[in-house]
Amino acid sequence: MALRLFLRLLLRLAILLVSLAVASWVIFWITQELPGDIARVMLGDGASPEQLAAKRAELGLDRPFRVQYEEWVVGVLTGDFGRSWYSKLPVVSLIAPRAAVTAFLVGGGLLVAVVIALPLGALAALKRRQWPGFAVSAASQIGMAIPAFWAGILLVVAFAVQLRWLPANGYVPFTRDPAAWAAHLALPVIALGLVQAAVLVRYVRSSFLDVLGEDYYRTARSIGWTRGAALWRHGVRNAALSLVTVIGLQLASLIVGAVVIERVFVLPGLGSLMLDAVAGFDLIIVRGIVMVLVATVLVINGLIDMLYAVIDPRLREGDRA
Amino acid sequence: MSTNTKRDRYARRAVVALVATIAVLLSACTPGGGQTGSPEPQASARTLVIGATAEPTSLDPTADAAVAGSQVMLYNVYETLVKVDSQGQLRPLLAQAWDVSPDRLTYTFQLNHAAKFSDGTPVTADAVAKNIDRIKTQQVAAKLKTVMSIVAGTNVVDEDTLEVSLSRPSVNWLYEMASTAGIVINPAGFDEATTATAGSGPLTLDRWTPGDSISLTKAPSYWGTPSRFDEVTFRYFKDPNAMNASMLSDQLDIISNLQAPEALAQFSDPSRFTVLEGTTNGEVVMGVNNGGDPTDPNVPAGTGNPALKDVRVRQAITMAIDKKALVNTTWGGHGVVLGSMTVPTDPYYEDLSTLFPYDPDKARALLAEAGATNLTLRLKPAALPYATKAAQFIAAQLQQVGITVQVEELQFPARWRETVYDRADYDLTIVAHVEARDLSSFANPNYYWRYHNPQFDSLVTTADQGTVDEYVSGMKQASELLAQDAAAVWLFALPNLVITKPGITGVPTDAQSLSFDTTTIARA
Repeated sequence: MALRLFLRLLLRLAILLVSLAVASWVIFWITQELPGDIARVMLGDGASPEQLAAKRAELGLDRPFRVQYEEWVVGVLTGDFGRSWYSKLPVVSLIAPRAAVTAFLVGGGLLVAVVIALPLGALAALKRRQWPGFAVSAASQIGMAIPAFWAGILLVVAFAVQLRWLPANGYVPFTRDPAAWAAHLALPVIALGLVQAAVLVRYVRSSFLDVLGEDYYRTARSIGWTRGAALWRHGVRNAALSLVTVIGLQLASLIVGAVVIERVFVLPGLGSLMLDAVAGFDLIIVRGIVMVLVATVLVINGLIDMLYAVIDPRLREGDRA
Repeated sequence: MSTNTKRDRYARRAVVALVATIAVLLSACTPGGGQTGSPEPQASARTLVIGATAEPTSLDPTADAAVAGSQVMLYNVYETLVKVDSQGQLRPLLAQAWDVSPDRLTYTFQLNHAAKFSDGTPVTADAVAKNIDRIKTQQVAAKLKTVMSIVAGTNVVDEDTLEVSLSRPSVNWLYEMASTAGIVINPAGFDEATTATAGSGPLTLDRWTPGDSISLTKAPSYWGTPSRFDEVTFRYFKDPNAMNASMLSDQLDIISNLQAPEALAQFSDPSRFTVLEGTTNGEVVMGVNNGGDPTDPNVPAGTGNPALKDVRVRQAITMAIDKKALVNTTWGGHGVVLGSMTVPTDPYYEDLSTLFPYDPDKARALLAEAGATNLTLRLKPAALPYATKAAQFIAAQLQQVGITVQVEELQFPARWRETVYDRADYDLTIVAHVEARDLSSFANPNYYWRYHNPQFDSLVTTADQGTVDEYVSGMKQASELLAQDAAAVWLFALPNLVITKPGITGVPTDAQSLSFDTTTIARA
């Protein structure tokens, strides 16, 4: 059985690596084939054909596609994403500090979402035929219909403009002032978390409902466990498993939501860097960011898959069958 | 049984506790437990936070035709021989005095001996000469090269005395030397000028966070009157609503120029905000691709609609647009309606907006006369709020006189620059021209308007070579000629809408130079 599990993990790893390779090729191809001539954009008015050719050579754009792709992949594997066409700064040095901002935003948003969704989902399942159940379901419906940017704007109007408790936007690095850092991240994290919570709460509710219909729950109840205790033991574990799966699936939408939130709150994260780079036609930066984001989603999903294989007994039993 | 109910209660309490935890977590993020007041730790008396719109792409203002770099760097970090004050007058800065020879071909600048760069080396005549030479020979914005092209040579007389000789007299040259072209960079810092600063001003670069802000810090041993602030930060906003929200939540001290005039009402509480309304040098121009003159080998043809070469078509387009209504729609009624490439603060300004008043019937008649019925034009505005709003309005109005308008917004600056500015691949475009006294840019046939009128060119050149009075009257004639020719459609002068917190003084009402000059600003 251990061998089966090992082979299964190996297969998952192989799938992950192939996905990463395909993704890298697609990303490179798209950013290479986008219309527009960077040399002309950079040199501006009055550039001669010779100057344009020289600029293309300087940027290495005159070489065969395959050579450029291989160079980029080797660079990415060794942590060198190339240099910005405009500022000449290493792309890694541009991405790294901004990736931290996005990671805090996504991580914080996820935490808020889980902390809200677990108890409310449980409540909605337990009281599904009473008003708290209806209220939670209705709230999650509304929450899912609200775009993240709108939630963000509402929070800004309430807590920044009206009450003036928190800054409306901007960012202060943790190392400069931890309190200001937290204050600046609070509203964006809540905005992102609330919208995600609305999605998660439905999964939590249905996984708790599943447990209520299971034999082991009835057994637990029949040997004298309270509803709460039985749910706590079986329900939370079940909900956690389904949450992990859903979070894996939701990760991509969470990152997209973070990009929007970064815009609303003027956070210097990966999303805003990418939008700036697209606008400024600095495609080598775009390429690096998209690769980082896609790799993050693929790797985390792959890890969740593997974890799932390890921790879920049913999946292992399925193996044996 | 009693234990069971107890367990039930515990389970319920666990849920309640979790909910309470969230509440605590959320409120813990609130500094000071919900006190009103400023959440920004840097908002003390010695710092100044300014909200701005256009972020520089480089720290070297001479590297890019865009003006965002000059807004931050000019006068604050980099200084010039002379500077433009808030009244539009030239004042000494690095040069404490200057003489002009009788033939007006030689300028002798007496540098202030005390002036030094931030690394302590003195600002010498040699350093200034190297900067003039750099603009003439190195890769800098083409516009600056044009300014410096009439410099015949420099002569370093002694450490503090520099002679600059011109190939022809020019009223405007010294004025241009007060702006980006005249910036004096420490020659030791030429190579790193796009990412570091080496100026002689009262502030130096502290940190640049691209996409977010530029922070300047007080120069430790400035040679003149030191900055009143330890730190000055320019924060950049792509979304005007985000900038307004930031001001309303007390994060900003100044909005350098409000981009959403409809939001003005939010700042109506005089106990919290002061609103200044003045003018800028910015003309919002609907550029027309004049298509050049195919018989003139010096003028590139461009790819504009040939119908636009007919002056009647251009005049008809001007008359088809209700500019007052346009200003009401796009800028909440703020901004002066224009009729030529000149703004009220120019010495040669006169109101030419009534030359071709709004008259759709006459426009239709003119179009019919020119045989330009069923005209389809490509309008490619810069994707900036004022330009895209104006584009929608203009498209609707031109439709009324039978012109079909295809609107294609171009991201600014890169896409707009490549398509319109470099290749002239457009029929109509909208962008603001914020440089001071930029009427003469119509004398350049390579400019994206592809406009060429020898009579206009000679008027501008003669005016620049004359006395100040001759300059003013000559430029007036030139601007009238341009307006008659409908070389472009001048929409309105961008208003200068500045919002400040109470206690902030010294912010000029009219924006006379490219700089957001913090040297005059103080906080009570």
